[in-house]
Amino acid sequence: MAETSLYMRMLPPMSRWILQGGADALSAAARAWPAGLSSEACRARGQGELHALWLGPEEFLLLAPPDHEPRALREALAGMPHSLVDVSHRQVAFEVCGPDCALLLSAACPLDLDAAHFPVGMCTRTVFGKADIVLWRTRADAFHVEVWRSFLPYCTELLAEQVQN
Amino acid sequence: MSTHRTQTGGRIDRTRKVSFRFDGRTYTGQVGDTLASALLANGVHLTARSFKYHRPRGILAAGSEEPNALVAVWRDAARYTPNLRATQVEIYEGLQAGSQNRWPALGFDIGRINDALSRFFPAGFYYKTFMWPRRAWKSLYEPMIRRAAGIGIAPTLPDPDRYAQRYAHCEVLIVGAGPAGIAAALAAAKGGGRVLLCDEQSELGGSLLSETRAQIDGQSAAQWLAQALAELAANPRVTLLSRTTAFGYFPHNLVGLVQRVSEHRETALPGQIRERLWQVRAQQVVLATGAIERPLVFPGNDRPGVMLADAARTYLNRYGVRAGTRAVLVTADDTAYQSALELAAAGVAIAAIVDVRDQPGAQQLAAAHSAGIEIFAAGTVLGTRGALRLRAARIGQRDATGAVHFRRSVVCDLLLMSGGFTPSVHLFSQSRGKLEWSEELQAFVPGAAAEATRCAGACRGVFGLSRVLEDGAALFAAQHYEVSEDGPTPGAGWLGTLPQPVDADVGKAFVDFQHDVSLKDILLATREGFHSIEHIKRFTTTGMATDQGKTSNLNALAIAAQRLQKPPVEVGLTTFRMPFTPTTFGSFAGASRGELFDPVRRTPTHEWAEARGAVFEPVSLWMRARYFPQEGEDMHLCVKRECLAVRSACGLFDASTLGKIEIVGPDAAEFLNRLYVNNWSNLAVGRCRYGILCRDDGFIYDDGVIARLAPDRFHVTTTTGGAARVLAMMEDYRQTEWTDLAVWLTSTTEQWAVIAVQGPRARRVVETVVQGADLSAAALPHMALTRGYVSCEDAPQIPAMVFRVSFTGELGFEINVPAGYGRAVWDQVFEAGQAHGIVPYGTETMHVLRAEKGYIIVGQDTDGTVTPDDAGLAWAIGKTKPDFVGKRSLQRPSMNDAIRKQLVGLFCLSCTAPLEEGAQIVDSRGQSVPMKLIGHVTSSYDSAVLGKPIALALIAGGRARIGQRLFVPMPGGEIEVEVTSPVFYDEKGVRLNG
Repeated sequence: MAETSLYMRMLPPMSRWILQGGADALSAAARAWPAGLSSEACRARGQGELHALWLGPEEFLLLAPPDHEPRALREALAGMPHSLVDVSHRQVAFEVCGPDCALLLSAACPLDLDAAHFPVGMCTRTVFGKADIVLWRTRADAFHVEVWRSFLPYCTELLAEQVQN
Repeated sequence: MSTHRTQTGGRIDRTRKVSFRFDGRTYTGQVGDTLASALLANGVHLTARSFKYHRPRGILAAGSEEPNALVAVWRDAARYTPNLRATQVEIYEGLQAGSQNRWPALGFDIGRINDALSRFFPAGFYYKTFMWPRRAWKSLYEPMIRRAAGIGIAPTLPDPDRYAQRYAHCEVLIVGAGPAGIAAALAAAKGGGRVLLCDEQSELGGSLLSETRAQIDGQSAAQWLAQALAELAANPRVTLLSRTTAFGYFPHNLVGLVQRVSEHRETALPGQIRERLWQVRAQQVVLATGAIERPLVFPGNDRPGVMLADAARTYLNRYGVRAGTRAVLVTADDTAYQSALELAAAGVAIAAIVDVRDQPGAQQLAAAHSAGIEIFAAGTVLGTRGALRLRAARIGQRDATGAVHFRRSVVCDLLLMSGGFTPSVHLFSQSRGKLEWSEELQAFVPGAAAEATRCAGACRGVFGLSRVLEDGAALFAAQHYEVSEDGPTPGAGWLGTLPQPVDADVGKAFVDFQHDVSLKDILLATREGFHSIEHIKRFTTTGMATDQGKTSNLNALAIAAQRLQKPPVEVGLTTFRMPFTPTTFGSFAGASRGELFDPVRRTPTHEWAEARGAVFEPVSLWMRARYFPQEGEDMHLCVKRECLAVRSACGLFDASTLGKIEIVGPDAAEFLNRLYVNNWSNLAVGRCRYGILCRDDGFIYDDGVIARLAPDRFHVTTTTGGAARVLAMMEDYRQTEWTDLAVWLTSTTEQWAVIAVQGPRARRVVETVVQGADLSAAALPHMALTRGYVSCEDAPQIPAMVFRVSFTGELGFEINVPAGYGRAVWDQVFEAGQAHGIVPYGTETMHVLRAEKGYIIVGQDTDGTVTPDDAGLAWAIGKTKPDFVGKRSLQRPSMNDAIRKQLVGLFCLSCTAPLEEGAQIVDSRGQSVPMKLIGHVTSSYDSAVLGKPIALALIAGGRARIGQRLFVPMPGGEIEVEVTSPVFYDEKGVRLNG
């Protein structure tokens, strides 16, 4: 793992929501959210800086620039049973980049991160060591990692340990 | 170069010498040697003392099946590894190794007295001799057994090396890189999938590494191997791992591998990785694990110089070492003739071949005759001579009636034995694959697989180089391999003991070398009435050593089966367990040590608290400030000061670690109604209520304040430690039981920093920080919430939720702000509080303050057997609700028994220091042991505001005992206590409403 281009960087603050609801609410949300919501499991959809990550059949993680107010989404969902909860501060994000990024994450993530099995655009809840994370492949050589804020030091130290390895 | 080393040949680097130390003596070997081959090259056979009898033992094998030559290897005091097989230790310049289980020296061993007394150490001696007198166990027998029975010494210093871990995925994992494994890899790689090929040895190649005669497709075995490995290495989809042991086969084709990364290197670099644990998830697993040659059982078969025939061939062909100068071969198998002939060609005198069979193979006989070797057909070995090294073998023969006669004593320093080959089915068996008994091979072979597992080559009983190569390839695509000079293939060989006269010393005929189990022990077990190998194994400990009976299991089984006159399958085969060979703890721990052992979660104010000298305590994964000592304060003084400050002015507390769950949806109230014991339908928006969550058995599981933010939105708080399990329980009910409810859950624990301001002056502090909210008692009464904002330099409008709640009994507010602003708002509150005597306090003070009010802590005052009523919280139960989790259980008569343990308070009458938490309580003085215990102390503190110690306790029928005097028996005498209400301070609760 002598690749010098392997690196980890913190991503800037973001607005985040957990959107949950039944089929009706989610299809209404898909129309109101710029890039729509993926109907395929474990896939992210995005347009510009707005992204929606499929986390479960009734659950999406929405990402947007700081202070973004999803007015259109709220209006589309009004009156429909759903849950939209602000988690902007619950978690933070970092990116692991470089040709060997999948190998690096494989030190503590049990999923198959080969590009054929975890292609660009795929996202899922998983673990990194003993921390729960959301893992999202944004490029062939980059993963976006969402982690609850108090688990960040653990994740970065564990990554640093693996870089030495 | 020693006379034991050949002039040419082998895979060692003859240009590079290596000097190493064994038992304090310096020896020389070559790069490429194992410790075993290097010692043999120096004429050293004696490498160990045996486990029970301290008998001198030598090197039996050349691979990981070695049962005898267990050594310790060390670089320094911390890098000390016991119990390594000398056959797997690669030597490097300066290697230090030593024998084990001997004192004071390998050649002169005091423990050898055990050998002389061996008739007192029969099988099952653990269970028999030492049972009486019982008292002698602790003082006499156990220490004696422990001292006598140990193998190796564990290092005492922390391991300075690092251990890496990796998850890997592949389409095909091949275990074993012998001819079958390599042929399988070549064929599998053509399919384009990811192929991972691993082998425990330092080089890939398996038996090809010691093959000097056979030609594969016109090339020497070595050339063919080099070419095949080059082809595989050039394929980016193929991963080749040498020095990598597949130690465990787990469900769903997960195979654990340990790769030895730096153990063989001369220099230990600081922070180096010693080993890497691979957890490989494979679509298909191919086991090409080969076969292990079986020793023969005869008296004296454990003397140094007695060796497996194939091992001697490996030492010769791969390491260029003659394991002796004059050898006798005792065999039940044609293949061993080849070993003898190759050794003869290399200059080892073959004094005799003893063939156990009546009719040795004609071709082998002819070849041996033409080499001038004397052959004893229907032969046997009656014993060996020598002390620390073999000097002679006593050869016998059976006559036509089967009677055994002594023929001759043959001088030799090497006795080669071959009882045939046992397919190595360990991993297949670990995968829960069924084993089948092969009559033809007289061995277990893989039958129906339980996983996507296929076996190739010798591990499934296919022998002979061309057949093995083709067997490996055929798993993926049939291929023909042209092999010339393919030797004979092994047959059934010989199982059990060699023919002996009736008076043979069966106690010296070893079956399990590592555990010192002899023929006599197994016969004793059958005489004692054991009929199943599972019982025989436990009685004799055969097959239970660290080698798991790799060389002994079949012989033990056969001896028992013959004696019981049953077919071996009826006596059974013991289960193979992981690990295949001993595996370090370090590889399992990986990075999980020190700081990375577990995530350490810190709150937004952690650095602030640290800078103020806070003492922290772990609460689940969180680090929480326990108290904030000032100059000269111990915990007691500090907590006293913090408590009084909260009661008299105001205190500041970080409550961010409380679990928080946002429950949203039109059915949110109904969802909470079904879960918590309380009624939620009548909770108004903007109000809070203390909730209790039971398990379905009716016992308290968690508690916390729940706020209604909107008709369809609740903010639930949980205990710090209960956050994850409460959310999991809620999701479980939501997704599996109550799919009719439109409600969704989101953890918001880390979304909010929670800053608690408690005390009579709390409002004045919070008012100056939170704007846009009316905090007056009228607008925001106890158990209400409001929203406002806090202005900071960088963020003009930080949204804040303010809950008027109290876990202290004082006027209290909890300010919730998005966690990223937690520190900034905290600083403002602290600043604003300066004018009001604000004091930061920690969890210890929080515990005291809540105990003064009789507020429970789930897990401290409850233990999973406490109902809401036991805890004095029956008032919280929504009596009119049709159901809630635990309701049915709470209706059982026993759950309402008047003598259930109930939460009460205790005042100490005869002590000045707090009672001990966990102390038992009795109702009269002077009881004799066993006393009648009626309860125990759950919480106990010094109360600063009351000026005396207080305690909470769970006592049988406690509420009816209020006013009674009870006793706490302690080592120093009985302490008299008075039972009180659990609410010690401000019983009417007026301070809350300040």
